[in-house]
Amino acid sequence: MPGADKETDLTERIEAFLADLKRGGSGTGPLRGSGEMARETTYLLRRITAQARWSSAGDLMEIIRNEGRRMTAAQPSETTVGNMVRRVLKIIREEYARSRGSSEETEQQESLHKLLTAGELSEETFREHFVHLKANVIEAINELLTELDGTTDNIAMQALEHIHSNEVIMTVGRSRTVEAFLKDAARKRKFHVIVAECAPFCQGHEMATGLSKVGIETTVIADAAIFAVMSRVNKVIIGTQTVLANGGLRAVNGTHSVALAARHHSTPLIICAPMFKLSPQFPNEEDTFHKFVSPHEVLPFTAGEILSKVNVHCPVFDYVPPELITLFISNIGGNAPSYIYRLMSELYHPEDHKL
Amino acid sequence: MADCGEPDGPGNKDDITRSKNEGKELTKEEKQRLRKQKKHQKKQKERKNEKGPSETEKDKTPVSLLPPPQPVATQKAPSALPAPASAPIPVPASAPFHSSPAPSPADKPAKSKAELKAERRARQETDRAAKQPGSSSSGIKTKVPLSELNPVVKRLPEHVQVDDPAVVKRLAKKLERQQTLPYGASNKIPLRSDYGYKVSLFSHLHQYSRKAPLTQLLSIPSTVIHPSIVRLGLQYSQGIVAGSNARSVALLHAFKQVIRDYTTPPNEELSRDLVNKLKPYISFLNQCRPLSASMGNAIKYIKKEISNIPSQCKEEEAKTKLLTCIDRYIEEKIVLAAKAISKYAIEKISDGDVILVYGYSSLVNNILCEAFEKSRKFRVIVVDSRPRLEGREALRRLVQRGISCTYVLISALSYILPEVSKVFLGAHALLANGYVMSRVGTSQIALVARTYNVPVLVCCETYKFCERVQTDSFVSNELDDPDDLMVTRKGKTQLENWQDVSSLGLLNLVYDVTPPDFVDLVITDLGMIPCTSVPVVLRVKNLDQ
Repeated sequence: MPGADKETDLTERIEAFLADLKRGGSGTGPLRGSGEMARETTYLLRRITAQARWSSAGDLMEIIRNEGRRMTAAQPSETTVGNMVRRVLKIIREEYARSRGSSEETEQQESLHKLLTAGELSEETFREHFVHLKANVIEAINELLTELDGTTDNIAMQALEHIHSNEVIMTVGRSRTVEAFLKDAARKRKFHVIVAECAPFCQGHEMATGLSKVGIETTVIADAAIFAVMSRVNKVIIGTQTVLANGGLRAVNGTHSVALAARHHSTPLIICAPMFKLSPQFPNEEDTFHKFVSPHEVLPFTAGEILSKVNVHCPVFDYVPPELITLFISNIGGNAPSYIYRLMSELYHPEDHKL
Repeated sequence: MADCGEPDGPGNKDDITRSKNEGKELTKEEKQRLRKQKKHQKKQKERKNEKGPSETEKDKTPVSLLPPPQPVATQKAPSALPAPASAPIPVPASAPFHSSPAPSPADKPAKSKAELKAERRARQETDRAAKQPGSSSSGIKTKVPLSELNPVVKRLPEHVQVDDPAVVKRLAKKLERQQTLPYGASNKIPLRSDYGYKVSLFSHLHQYSRKAPLTQLLSIPSTVIHPSIVRLGLQYSQGIVAGSNARSVALLHAFKQVIRDYTTPPNEELSRDLVNKLKPYISFLNQCRPLSASMGNAIKYIKKEISNIPSQCKEEEAKTKLLTCIDRYIEEKIVLAAKAISKYAIEKISDGDVILVYGYSSLVNNILCEAFEKSRKFRVIVVDSRPRLEGREALRRLVQRGISCTYVLISALSYILPEVSKVFLGAHALLANGYVMSRVGTSQIALVARTYNVPVLVCCETYKFCERVQTDSFVSNELDDPDDLMVTRKGKTQLENWQDVSSLGLLNLVYDVTPPDFVDLVITDLGMIPCTSVPVVLRVKNLDQ
């Protein structure tokens, strides 16, 4: 039966994606960038929408929620997967509401007025069947995909507004967004970049070679020298893995030290992060916040006997509180960290915060 | 020869003034004498400024009664004119007395007649000096006020002036000149050349490669430099001997060997000649690796001890005296100081503490081992950083003693700091404005610790206190081999061809300065002081000397 084939095909793809997630994240640092991850997730969700069997919006949302839960369980540190699932759920809600005919605005905002006057209204069951819902949802997901494709360029376009000539800019580790940002600015301005190598993965080296190839004056420094050179730095521009709901960051380890050093010297800290990295998580969840990789990166097995007597830690992420951050540059423009909660309410529906 | 420039007393002086007034060309001897006078006056000014307030008493005695032994001897030999019998004899005898810190009062009445004569001569000298245009008259006139303050303008060390080509040329010439061989042909101290692209912010510093040691440029046999010094220099440049205490102790041991093998050449004084012999060695070591503050202080001490050797002391006696002095310095300033610091520091370690240390500091390791032996219960977190990874050595030693340790890299600092109760840091030098100069990364640890409200304690012996001031890590630092930053991961070295890319530079800093507001306490052998009390300790030390 063609239906059954499609279904098995779909489940195969989902399983392959899950296996990929599990393998990719437990290696030494992210093998794939978050942008790629987001795109893959969205393709898969589009395929589920197209091929899975569902009759009403509620069913579809249930299916996607289940798959989303499995995907986030496979790799909790890869938050872009969960974010894309939430985006798609929000798209489905919107399309459903549009098909029903009611305007979107009144549905969205949970104002105090609404809570008092509406009462038990918001028990939408999403049970109505609409013929064109599938097509609409797929079209909206395609729009989301185009947005994802253009995020890096959108951010890079804003580079000239933030970098003047003869500046010294510091960055940490490797971020494709920041690389594109700096390369775009380098077309018109001359400036100097200092890259902190970010042990033990030393991704800063890759970043430095990439930047120096287009002729940007680059210097690689060890992590320990960050405070020492910070007094000559005009701006710190970094990327991040996740932007948390309170405006804080979950970034590669060592970023907190950079942020503190920048605050001590009153140097602005600018984060280049596309919107799909914004996650409705808060940093208080201690067990799920930190991720560790094999300590042999830090103390290799050649160290010998002492390995059995010593605790070695190799955390991957760092928490940076929002007070240390000056500006977020995303594909929709620049924002202060205090505005992040608003952006979040536009992207995700509050009921989807917990999948 | 009280007034070194005038061996003949009033007679020759009048000749010179006469010839000057007549506009006649001075004879060669007279020119020589004039030159010696100027040099002598300049030396007087410097001497006076160095000795500071302790010399106010001696300043009452005329300047010419305090000739340092060096110019007396050097000027004795070339000037062949006979000296009057009476005046010179009591004065050279009193000269060595004067160079020792406390002039014995018994000598004073015996010198009164010579004193008066010398005073008169000094007055005439100052008068002439005033007539000579632009000479050091200001130095002699303003005796008391200047001696109160240390000289403000010191000569800038050449190792922070690499971007000035005139300075580099001067250094090259100086190294050429420092060959003390009578038949010195090609045995000069080589000048080490910089390696690799230097970051523009640091173009005023040297950057050497470890693969090109200085000894490759030395000819064999190198008779200018003592072999133990060559070995020491190589150990420094390859990083075999590292750490400020280790380097100082190695230096002092090498100097002991030099002194043991030294023989005074005929017609030379041990006190002057040995100091001159040491100068090329010090230049060589400086070329191998810039001297640390502790080494600088040790060298100053040795030079002072050598120049204080009385001229009639026999060679063997002088040598044993010097050797015991050096042993005593090591014993007092390093070994016993470490014991005193451990005693104070152990009071600060309580049971249940989690102590964070950075890199390898011999002093901090000593403290932790002693505290563990006194059965304090604590655990240690060792923070390490690339590219030196010195923390592994500290980790090994602590684990061998049985102390429970954790090991992280400096990028994981924010993760590990909430567990920490105290931070113990070592120092390379303590500067006079309260800044702590230490291994790069120390300031970062102090900064993050302050954010988490963890107390930061710096442990440092007093012999590492230095009179320099510095506010950032750029003006005076050391650049290590940039190739150390390269790393091979998964068989791929990203920065392998960094030299080929013109816009890429690697920066491997060795030191950084920590501002005093990040440091809560400094533990020294004199006690526990706040960071801002360093100039007080320096002043007390200067007065003692």
